Amino acid sequence: MGNGTSIGRVRGLGSAKEGTHHWWNQRLTAGSNLLLMVWLITSLLRLPGFDHKTLTEWLSSPWAAIPMILLIASVFYHFRLGLQVVIEDYQHDESRIVLLVLLNLFTVVTAAIAIFSICKIAFTVTTGAPA
Amino acid sequence: MADVRNTARPLSPHLSIWKWGPHMAVSILHRVTGSGMATVGAVLLVWWLAALAGGEASYAQFVDVFTLKSGQLNIVGWVFGVGLTWALFQHIGNGIRHLFLDAGALFELKANKAASIGVFVFAIIATIAFWAYLIWGK
Repeated sequence: MGNGTSIGRVRGLGSAKEGTHHWWNQRLTAGSNLLLMVWLITSLLRLPGFDHKTLTEWLSSPWAAIPMILLIASVFYHFRLGLQVVIEDYQHDESRIVLLVLLNLFTVVTAAIAIFSICKIAFTVTTGAPA
Repeated sequence: MADVRNTARPLSPHLSIWKWGPHMAVSILHRVTGSGMATVGAVLLVWWLAALAGGEASYAQFVDVFTLKSGQLNIVGWVFGVGLTWALFQHIGNGIRHLFLDAGALFELKANKAASIGVFVFAIIATIAFWAYLIWGK
């Protein structure tokens, strides 16, 4: 932060105009990943079995479906930020741009499938009320 | 960019001249486990959720890839199951270590080495505990 214009130093966004945005969001999602993953691991370990009925009944509860959607959002954003750094470190030619675009595509598409699946399980009536 | 680099000039020989220590192993494993979970782990997680949402038949198809007829895990199930849980615990352990590093702590030689070894120990113990509970805990 030693040079540049005085307004540039005040903004603190650096030459990439991003500041610490990437780094900071990776840390924030690291924290939320930690909480949500501890929740997922303990929830799975507490289940009586891993058959279709047990799992869908578990995921149809808002107490499981909502943290699971939050987990997908947090973990997928975190790995998108992480893989971006890996690509930037090892890809130096034009393939870098292609891979970064593909990374966004991969993240958004897989996250959409995951969240849709969770919603479908949560909104499908399996027991109780008549269909 | 690589095509601008003068290939007559040597690259920094940083990987081949240093003696390996736990801090280097834990660092590269953080990248390896993170990249592995982001690709293989993410696809498996999404496949698991989509198979669950698809109904009993599609979930049976998913389970069949990783289990024997008896319901026990097959070799594919063991490799992916143990591999991904170990990767997760290794990444979590080192991730917490990184948060301390970000705060400016754990850079002293002894503390840095101890924390790096601690990450390996934590990941192995947590993986064993996870699977022991799944197999014998119920």
